[in-house]
Amino acid sequence: MTDQTQHTAAGATTNRESRSTGGFLGLKGRDVTLMIVVLILTMAAPIILNPFPQGSSLAQFNAGYPDLMQRFVIFGILAIGFNILFGLTGYLSFGHAAFLGVGSYSTVWMFKLLNYNVLPGLVLAVIVAALFSLLIGYISLRRSGIYFSILTLAFAQMSFALAYSVLTPITNGETGLQVYTSDPQWLRAAGSPDMPHLFGITMRATETVRVGGWSFDFNFGYYFCAVVMVLAFYMAIRIFRSPFGMMLRAVKSNQQRMNYTGLNPRPYTLAAFVISGMYAGLAGGLMASMDPLAGAERMQWTASGEIVLMTILGGAGTLIGPVLGAGLIKYFENIFSKINDGVLHQWFAFMPDGIENALVTIVHPFVGKGWHLTLGLMFMLIVCFLPGGLVEGGKRIATVFRRDRKSGPVEQQAAQKRNAE
Amino acid sequence: MDAIFLQILNGLDKGSAYALIALGLTLIFGTLGVVNFAHGALFMIGAFCAVTLSRILSASFITIDETRTDFLGNPMEVQTPYAEAWFGPEIGASIIDWAVPLSILFAIPVMLLVGFIMERGLIKYFYKRPHADQILVTFGLAIVLQEVIKYFYGANPIPTPAPEVFRGSMDFGVMLGFDPNVIIYPIWRLVYFLFSLSIIAAVFGFLQFTTFGMVVRAGMADRETVGILGIDIDKRFTIMFGIAAAVAGLAGVMYTPINPPNYHMGMDFLVLSFVVVVVGGMGSLPGAVLAGFLLGILESFASTTWAIGLVPGINQIIIYLVAIVVLLTRPRGLLGRKGVMEE
Repeated sequence: MTDQTQHTAAGATTNRESRSTGGFLGLKGRDVTLMIVVLILTMAAPIILNPFPQGSSLAQFNAGYPDLMQRFVIFGILAIGFNILFGLTGYLSFGHAAFLGVGSYSTVWMFKLLNYNVLPGLVLAVIVAALFSLLIGYISLRRSGIYFSILTLAFAQMSFALAYSVLTPITNGETGLQVYTSDPQWLRAAGSPDMPHLFGITMRATETVRVGGWSFDFNFGYYFCAVVMVLAFYMAIRIFRSPFGMMLRAVKSNQQRMNYTGLNPRPYTLAAFVISGMYAGLAGGLMASMDPLAGAERMQWTASGEIVLMTILGGAGTLIGPVLGAGLIKYFENIFSKINDGVLHQWFAFMPDGIENALVTIVHPFVGKGWHLTLGLMFMLIVCFLPGGLVEGGKRIATVFRRDRKSGPVEQQAAQKRNAE
Repeated sequence: MDAIFLQILNGLDKGSAYALIALGLTLIFGTLGVVNFAHGALFMIGAFCAVTLSRILSASFITIDETRTDFLGNPMEVQTPYAEAWFGPEIGASIIDWAVPLSILFAIPVMLLVGFIMERGLIKYFYKRPHADQILVTFGLAIVLQEVIKYFYGANPIPTPAPEVFRGSMDFGVMLGFDPNVIIYPIWRLVYFLFSLSIIAAVFGFLQFTTFGMVVRAGMADRETVGILGIDIDKRFTIMFGIAAAVAGLAGVMYTPINPPNYHMGMDFLVLSFVVVVVGGMGSLPGAVLAGFLLGILESFASTTWAIGLVPGINQIIIYLVAIVVLLTRPRGLLGRKGVMEE
């Protein structure tokens, strides 16, 4: 049902745009630029994320290893999907991790029953997540505001508790669902790889290229996820620009008015909920494809909270924001948390000993194991001063620069006026 | 009959904690209109007040006793708490023993201060912002607070025992005319229940029978009019925030002997207390208390082998299940008022 809505909505835009501007794949002006930027960034990520030569003291800030890059794009997909719900309609779901978990479980089941090819798993993950989110969304969307948040939270916590206890035959409880040699794998061809693959190319296949002191890993799993994310991003742009996206914005800005206009917001919000649930299911499926293991802790409410953090940090309601937020949080989790006292001493070594020790003592609580503290502080500061997230921060900096270039008083006023609006 | 009674008793201690936290949440929501996701963190800070005070009280100095030797033959080092040195061994030992109840006196000013700082420093700026922003900023604050506590106290739970007198269990059934050894109940849990009842009574009494409380209730009903009448309602609401923080903190202090505090206990309770508040009805103080005890007792009934045999896993999901049913059939909760949070 949702697919239909989506297609008709997207189709409508295409028609109108092709009449007016032509465009590229149904995208206009700045969206084309954005799309190309995202495409280049994701495709060149193994190079961009490895700016420091191997063996240098800064090499630990390199994020260009396959495992982390995969997580960047997978959580990017998750955040893009969450943003379609929260960013457009304003419904704050605290239970999105449930769909992620369901997606992971379905994919691992496909591995167990058919074979290690990821495609059937991903398809099933999206379908199951869609059905599950249709059920939860249908019930939860009867309420709005904080009641909706609590309802989604309650459903997700219930799924988590059940996955841990009663549903053990399906979820394998605390151990987590994984593929055993005794599993049937009915469609498995002789000689096909013994790990997730796409028509024979395994997700772990990695080509390492050495250029001077640098070493770049080009991993098939990453590129597979990256392509999926670019497609997901493209879909998100189309949804944002479509009449359907407009309706969702109307739900956020004034639902009452929408009612009075004679429109029922429920089908639109439900469609948005299911679409974002499908994105989460896809992300969960990809997660299981990279590492064929699914655990219940993926469904816990803290995981849902993390999705919210990502979206807000980057900028809810913007296209690129959630992806940035997801990248930032995952970077913090994996890289920032590795800074220990030894590294700090190395950094501040050029200072006199007393100051060095003092600085290390001050910085110590915020790095390494205390990275959550920095994350929490950053999050609070962003909610307080930059409600639009990192994207708004970037825009503000951009306006400052623009003002400097053409510092006519009239333009400044105009810029302020724009900002105020 | 006695089995039912036992389950009700078992549900009371958790129910008391839910009720106290939900009461504080509702006070903040009803007065300031702010959804405070950092309330669980306040509960946790209260618990760590008890840990801190018991550490301070048992602070000791080391003397070397030449007359005795340890198992290696060296002179034995004897730790003497300052409390015992200053007040004599007997009084000193009982002061250390009573650290948790004494923490109440310590926690009240600390929690009031924490509440004031939080309200004046952060929450004040969020009155006019959407509820989603309030949830998010207090969620961030909760992360920060729990990380700070983790930095100072470590990640492991810290056992903090109750006073000697209240340890162990008593045969509660005999007093009520049941057979002996049927209803054995830990004494501290009974103390916790009575304590929370008295706190709840104190809060309701304060709101109902003092002039200050009357003004606050008037402000809850119509803030603007109270302001027009020349009353500085903001100041009183700030004080109410401090009181709500103190209620959560005291719930935490007294909960330490039941469950050794760790840095994420606040988050664990937060989710459940929000469910409690919503079931009771946003903004309704009696609703919060009623739902707290009700859900605590229901949870305890669902944990019996009989209930689990009937519906597997029911003990894990009962609270959420009740919340979903209540929200769908009675959107305003059990005792909720009309028009609260229904944008």
